[in-house]
Amino acid sequence: MGARYRAPPPGHVLILSLDPLTAIYHRASGQTHVVAPPVPEMLALLVDPLTPGELLAALGERYDLPDGDVAALTARLDELAAIGLVTRDAI
Amino acid sequence: MLRIGPVGFRIGSDWRAPIGALGDLYRDYPLPEDGIVDFNVRLFAARPWRRFVRPAVTIGGDYMLPDALPLPLAQGLLAAEMGMNLQMALAQRRYLLLHASVVERDGRGLLLSGVSGAGKSTLAALLMTRGWRLMGDEFALVDPATGLVHAFPRLISLKNQSVAVLQCAAGQARFGPLLAGTPKGDIRHLVPDATAIAAMDRPAVPALLLFPTFGPAEAVRAVGAAETFVRLTQASTNYVALGERGFATLRRLVQDVPVRAIDYADTDSGIALVERLWRELA
Repeated sequence: MGARYRAPPPGHVLILSLDPLTAIYHRASGQTHVVAPPVPEMLALLVDPLTPGELLAALGERYDLPDGDVAALTARLDELAAIGLVTRDAI
Repeated sequence: MLRIGPVGFRIGSDWRAPIGALGDLYRDYPLPEDGIVDFNVRLFAARPWRRFVRPAVTIGGDYMLPDALPLPLAQGLLAAEMGMNLQMALAQRRYLLLHASVVERDGRGLLLSGVSGAGKSTLAALLMTRGWRLMGDEFALVDPATGLVHAFPRLISLKNQSVAVLQCAAGQARFGPLLAGTPKGDIRHLVPDATAIAAMDRPAVPALLLFPTFGPAEAVRAVGAAETFVRLTQASTNYVALGERGFATLRRLVQDVPVRAIDYADTDSGIALVERLWRELA
């Protein structure tokens, strides 16, 4: 079954750029996550709910993605959903 | 009872000797304001006969580590110091705590953060003998509301070779007894100078953060924001407990304060390097 993923609403996370990494403080859990690209870019695009295929296409438009793969992206999205940084809505 | 910076302690003991040693070494420190303490430390015998037979000091207080090993009575002073550190590490919530020594000049603070053995205490004590104000050799207390670092100038814990280094550099200073064969080697405490005690209520603006390593040949390395952030979360005893305030406090440090990692092979060149970086960066 497919799913759409979306980033937390504004204010639910605090973001600190630590070039090249990014620290994300998740208010609901009180946990800090240090993430590498393209996670911040994914979260920025997921302001609107997207399927993994739609997200991959959007990432491909903006960034150089030599090995874009829907299955791998879905796995990463599910990991982010497990720690609360994205929400998964079944469709 | 005594007050160190903004933190008041009451220390109780089943034996007189550790309290006597503390009272002597901390004799110039103030009492907690209004007699109200933040933390209690209790040095006690885990079994009644351990007060007398091979007396062993268990460290307790408001907060305890369940599996901490007791120390022999001859190291009672160390037990009291560890007891105060333990309360801070386990329960301080007013400030973000970083394992770092801090010295100050012109209202601006130099933070030296590193693991045990990196030379935090030795460098801070030597800088104290060279006109810097010592703010602490163990914990930097960073106020989440202001970003200022507050002093916590407890006794300076000198270990092994650094005892002789400081006896040479600070001959007039007061030292505690030599505590031989502790879990961290030979320890001797150095009493912070009168300036450190008199000015301990005055915070400083963090102006330079150094991560020293003692041993390798002299080197200076730029430290990126990500490494600084992760190192400081590891150097903090209460980052997680402070939640969002901890994140915001680290954000300010990472964004505002210049950072370098330094290697130094001996204390003289280490001090020269620190003072050079201070002139260049702070």
